[in-house]
Amino acid sequence: MLRITGGKVYDPANGVNGVIRDVCIQDGRIVADVEAGRTINATGMVVFPGGVDVHTHVAGAALNFARAMIPEDHLHSEPFVRTAIRRGGISGATPTTYVTGYLYGGLGYTTVNEAAVPILSARHTHEELRDTPIVDKSTCVLMANNEILLDQLEAGETERARHFLAWCVGAAKAYGVKAVNPGGVTAWKWGKDANTLYELVPGYNKITPAGIIQSLARIVDDLGLPHPLHLHCNNLGVPGNYATTLETLKLVESNRAHIAHIQYHAYGGNDWTTMRSESTRIADYFNAHPNLTADAGAVLFGNTVTITADGPWQHLLYKLTGRKWGNIDVENETGCGVVPYVYKEKNLVNAIQWAVGLEMLLLISDPWRMSLTTDHPNGAAFWRYPEIIELLMNADFRREQIKKLPPKVLERIILPELTREYTLYEIAIITSAGPARSLGLRQKGHLGIGADADVAVFNDIKEARKMFAYPRYVIKGGEVVIEEGEVRKTVEGHSLLTQPFHDPKIADFIRPLFQQYYTMSFDNYPVEMERLEHPDVQPCTQANS
Amino acid sequence: MSQTIFTLKQRPDVPLEAEVLTPDVVASLSHGEVASLPLFMGKRQFRVDDFFEVNGSGTDNLVFHGDCGRVKWIGRAMSHGRITFSSHAGMHLGAYMKGGIIKVGGDASDWVGGEMSGGLIHIHGHAGGQTGAAYRGSMKGMKGGTILIEGSAGIELGMRMRRGLIAVRGPVRDFAGLQMKGGTILLMSGAEIRTGAWMVRGTIISLKPLKMMPTFSAGCVYNPNFLRLYTKSLAEHGFTTPVDAWHGVYRRYTGDTSVPGKGEILVWSGPAH
Repeated sequence: MLRITGGKVYDPANGVNGVIRDVCIQDGRIVADVEAGRTINATGMVVFPGGVDVHTHVAGAALNFARAMIPEDHLHSEPFVRTAIRRGGISGATPTTYVTGYLYGGLGYTTVNEAAVPILSARHTHEELRDTPIVDKSTCVLMANNEILLDQLEAGETERARHFLAWCVGAAKAYGVKAVNPGGVTAWKWGKDANTLYELVPGYNKITPAGIIQSLARIVDDLGLPHPLHLHCNNLGVPGNYATTLETLKLVESNRAHIAHIQYHAYGGNDWTTMRSESTRIADYFNAHPNLTADAGAVLFGNTVTITADGPWQHLLYKLTGRKWGNIDVENETGCGVVPYVYKEKNLVNAIQWAVGLEMLLLISDPWRMSLTTDHPNGAAFWRYPEIIELLMNADFRREQIKKLPPKVLERIILPELTREYTLYEIAIITSAGPARSLGLRQKGHLGIGADADVAVFNDIKEARKMFAYPRYVIKGGEVVIEEGEVRKTVEGHSLLTQPFHDPKIADFIRPLFQQYYTMSFDNYPVEMERLEHPDVQPCTQANS
Repeated sequence: MSQTIFTLKQRPDVPLEAEVLTPDVVASLSHGEVASLPLFMGKRQFRVDDFFEVNGSGTDNLVFHGDCGRVKWIGRAMSHGRITFSSHAGMHLGAYMKGGIIKVGGDASDWVGGEMSGGLIHIHGHAGGQTGAAYRGSMKGMKGGTILIEGSAGIELGMRMRRGLIAVRGPVRDFAGLQMKGGTILLMSGAEIRTGAWMVRGTIISLKPLKMMPTFSAGCVYNPNFLRLYTKSLAEHGFTTPVDAWHGVYRRYTGDTSVPGKGEILVWSGPAH
């Protein structure tokens, strides 16, 4: 039993805006009152629901590949020396598994969504997530370039496609469905990309990226998955891609969709020299369409590594940087590229990217539909979130930073005109309540009675950078895990997953295809439930159909 | 001049990690504080006075006596002051160094001046591999400063170096100037094979014939004026070069065209007429 008393509580899901009140915890849940137990005096502090990261890359084959590719980053990363409570490891662009948990916990985050998992490496991903303490974990499985699924769409077998997709989510022990560069990664296996939404995907006679997007969004909604289709649009990172993004948003008008790292999809211009921000056009459309949610994918200057299933884009990025490039072909399912990258303040393109991330966060008026992310580690490592919060809450600080950019960038961005400053209430929305709602996790992101007792307590100070980098207390599932900036206890997180309904007979259809096309036998393919740590199945709204 | 003297009690069997032993850390500490600084052997933590007898304090002039060939990281990221070894020095000597002077009476091990950006390292014995190099995976090796080696040097000398000067009196092994991006390497006794492989920019000067890679093309024969300036500057550090070297004519090769690069290798081809 635990009582947090005297703190200013920000609980947007329940409309609580900076009210001093007690938060009581019993058996891992928020309760109305407790009679005994420890009391934390939070006078002079603010109390937030535990943070929720809707889009991050913290485990799996691709991340491990990236870890192996950047020894130079590990050399300069903060070491975590083993203690009686904590395991050893390092921070940096791709922290080790345990340290990922400590660092997220150390920011007051208690739930993360690993946004890109091929089923073939789902088992590995779950093994790593098992070793990522403190946070609860969900995953999204990559489906938009899965050739068995595309074959069904090509043949017009939408019913079978739905059962197959539902089976895949169950097999990967995933929570949601991710689409990365629909059709483009399949095209990459032919040395091509999908740059327009209506060209045929190589190897197919009927399928276009547009068709894949619409089918997937519909299937995800039909299955009643709590999280909408998690969509990484085509033409990521390319100047002029805002047009593709707008077309994509129109395609999903009658469905729900979550647009991942929207910053990377809001560029104008024709090439790298004429690139400019088109955040206004994307935000205007977005603001008028409540079926959409998004996360920022904001960029911060510095060293990082980019990891994505978007193989063709990574090849282009490699050509631009001339540095290292890793490419993985994931059989019939997807691809993957890894390129170490430095975002430079004095580089025009990087400066525009930095500005667009903040513009999207400031222009999307409803914070409930816009989550704070850096598409970790693509835009910056997640442990740098407090720097973004400072930029959002402090327009003066933002102006100081804009002054450091190359002067010619100013005519390509609109950030200097934006005066909006986020309030603490809004920060609580974009870091916790909003992403929890977007993920459809009813027990997360709020402090109402019955919610999971995931709470972050911060010093109430002016400098947001310091305030959010060093929470005073972090409580996960009712246990005090971080106290005075130190890990005091490491609890194991839950694995959040869904098991959407599928016709059991679909397995008979899939089995021979495995014989024919996969290197793995069908029986070894699905991840067993026992592999997951504390599996926690979340309901779908349509149990069967 | 006052000194802080570290006398090694016994050469350790397992390498000792001693990145605290730099003028930047030691200068402002009392004798007791210096003696209690942490050293690591594997994952075990020790104190400086477990391995060294410490005399003096409060200076940025450090002197090491005894065979420190198994003491790593001395002078890491130092920005000022002076370190003198009467005998050998261990791996990563002066890595990330920004300024100051390191002098080694004996040999130094691998990774001397790894990714250093300023200062001077002068080794009177031999140096190991990867002198002035980039750490694995890193884009740039030494970015400035000077490394002088009176003896021989190992493989990958100046690998990915970006700026600065490395001069070696003795023979150098394979891959000198590997993937070099700038700066200058002076080879007084030549080098083994694949010199300048993947070099993009920068200058390698050899006073002895080199086995050139086929991806370098001969340009011209001339007497580079800048060499006189270089030799004068080297002489100031007590690093002498033969008179013929600065009056001589050099054959200029450019490459490595396989990258493709615009680096140059100058090979001495005889005294000036």
